[in-house]
Amino acid sequence: MAFDKMELRDIEVWDGNFAAAQALRQCQIDVVAAYPITPSTPIVEGYAKFLADGYVEGEFVMVESEHAAMSGCIGASAAGGRVATATSSQGLALMSETLYQASGMRLPIILNLVNRALASPLNVNGDHSDMYMVRDSGWIQFDAYNPQEAYDLNFIAFKVAEDHDIRLPAIVNQDGFMTSHTAQGVKTLSDDVAYGFVGEFKPMNDMLDLDHPVTHGVQTEEDWHFEHKARQHRDLMTKVIPKIEAVFDEFEKLSGRKYNIVEKYDMDDADVAVVCLGTSVETAREVAKEMRENGIKAGVVGIRVLRPFPFMQIAEALKDVKAIAALDRSSPNGAAGMLFNEIAGALYNTGSKALLSGYVYGLGGRDLTKTHLRDLYKELQANADAGKVTTQLQQFIGVRGPKLAFL
Amino acid sequence: MSEMKKIKNLKEFSTSADRFEGANLLCPGCAHSIIVREILNATNDDLILSASTGCLEVCTAVYPYTSWDASWIHIGFENGSTAVAGAEAMHKALKRKGRLKQPDREPKFVSFAGDGASYDIGFQWISGCMERGHNIMHVVLDNEVYANTGGQRSSSTPIGSSATTSPAGRISYGEKKNKKDMLSIMAAHQVPYVAQVAPNKWKDMVKKIQHGLAVDGPVFINAMSACTTEWKFDPKDTMSISDLATDSLVFPLYEIIDGHELNITYRPKNIVPVEEYLAAQGRFKHLFKDEYKYLIKEWQERIDAQWAYLQRREEARV
Repeated sequence: MAFDKMELRDIEVWDGNFAAAQALRQCQIDVVAAYPITPSTPIVEGYAKFLADGYVEGEFVMVESEHAAMSGCIGASAAGGRVATATSSQGLALMSETLYQASGMRLPIILNLVNRALASPLNVNGDHSDMYMVRDSGWIQFDAYNPQEAYDLNFIAFKVAEDHDIRLPAIVNQDGFMTSHTAQGVKTLSDDVAYGFVGEFKPMNDMLDLDHPVTHGVQTEEDWHFEHKARQHRDLMTKVIPKIEAVFDEFEKLSGRKYNIVEKYDMDDADVAVVCLGTSVETAREVAKEMRENGIKAGVVGIRVLRPFPFMQIAEALKDVKAIAALDRSSPNGAAGMLFNEIAGALYNTGSKALLSGYVYGLGGRDLTKTHLRDLYKELQANADAGKVTTQLQQFIGVRGPKLAFL
Repeated sequence: MSEMKKIKNLKEFSTSADRFEGANLLCPGCAHSIIVREILNATNDDLILSASTGCLEVCTAVYPYTSWDASWIHIGFENGSTAVAGAEAMHKALKRKGRLKQPDREPKFVSFAGDGASYDIGFQWISGCMERGHNIMHVVLDNEVYANTGGQRSSSTPIGSSATTSPAGRISYGEKKNKKDMLSIMAAHQVPYVAQVAPNKWKDMVKKIQHGLAVDGPVFINAMSACTTEWKFDPKDTMSISDLATDSLVFPLYEIIDGHELNITYRPKNIVPVEEYLAAQGRFKHLFKDEYKYLIKEWQERIDAQWAYLQRREEARV
């Protein structure tokens, strides 16, 4: 490493954006191509400042749009180096075309996605509509619940994505403002230890190997397209989860911090459980603890890896519960919620008799309060006692006006 | 800077080792392949290439084949310029870090795109690359139409041309707007070099490509690419149509250095009337009806005015 190292304290007070920027610095990204958008902007601003201060040696390409940001990242990654960017919401929507191209070319780009609502109406605050929008784009998706995890999961994402058996891009999600702008104590790794963990980038089929020209991004029609897509899917379905688990283990040995594909909280003997992701996982854990003091055996299942969707791990985590709430922080726009559908799919053939209901919450940055969750757990208990879903299957919680419930 | 390739004559030039294979799916008579071969043969430099979605892309990299013996990438319709800019940024970063596999070689970065992918959908990306000063060359294969999707008008389609979305008909003479002046727009980015080239003037092409690859900074090349399918002429006539275009001054050959210094690089000894250029192509056939003949006169006046303007600018040296 030729860059100047930065002395960090064991615990620094960082928000999620700065934690991600520090991780990118410690991974020594070769090229960042980016375009600013709230609330993700401080990530690339942080990287730019590290560059200005001599703490990284890469190239920062300040492009004219998010579509160009990912286009530049794709060209840079195909040229054979470590590449990252960050965006949110409308920015992700604009670059979404290129996300499919990055994964189809098997380029291990890391995107820090600071989750934010999609317009219209225009809204800069956090929800998961952007994360869900690109869930079929072939990117691995991690989800961080706090700044510590936003920091740690970047290292893990690079190590998984760049593995030559995987070679797929990855998104690290964090909640807009709630994580990205909330400062907390973050346990740090030293520069040497962090870089040692991710390792030097090892190129494969790189355009800059001038003696071995390569063709990237070819055309295929019905004769080959299906094979390419099917094999990409096979690798996502069969190789990625074991690889992530191995990297989680390695990271635990390094840092003492243990991550799981799904994060179970008080699930050993739970009768009722909430499944969610993002900052709401931590709120749900607090409330579950409280519910147990009041005689309701409550648990929480946090989704850590949204893609590939961990069907088996979800089914295992929920196998003994009587009633489940799937919490979706995105407008379902004419369907059951995304998590509702995927959890239903995971459980359908397992013999589980659990009652599943869906809750839509927190759109556009609306708070999910403990009161909401207390009421929700009580409803789940009522369902469990009655042996049927006692409300409509889908409820919007925390929205003003008359109660909204469907299905 | 690497040694410039010395090219003595057309025979030697045309028999240079190919980095772009004749084995491709382009139409017989397509000028794209001629232009690309001329550009690649103009230099011995290592090349990193991109192609935007378009005829060139879909006809030269159909899995499991490739016509390219140089690294090549395609992403989408609009972003070939930015793809190559990303690769150029990575080259800079790896060079600084001492991680290049062949550190003694300086590859050049070139993106190819059609007029649709340059004048229209890819305009913003190219403008961004020019403004940021990437060391890349963007080449437009300007066939004045969306040829790959079957002949729809682009903002490069000239007035009076019949295209599938601006067809000539009972009450219409076809395209109503004149061609966008991309060279002036690109020159206004104050980039080191912009030029217009045509495949029939191969020496002029080689000179401009060698100059463009040698300068430090973004370069924009607009190459006239006669399209047998959409311009509607016999495939054997590609070069004679190209000659008519340059000799009628419909497609004048010139360059602009540092955004202001304009040089005309080809002055036809005998200027051909525009009418001859139009008459040679099916896309302008309807203009020869009595009611539209005034448009041919207007064409000639426009070309004369443009030529006079180019000469004034060259003379003024500003």
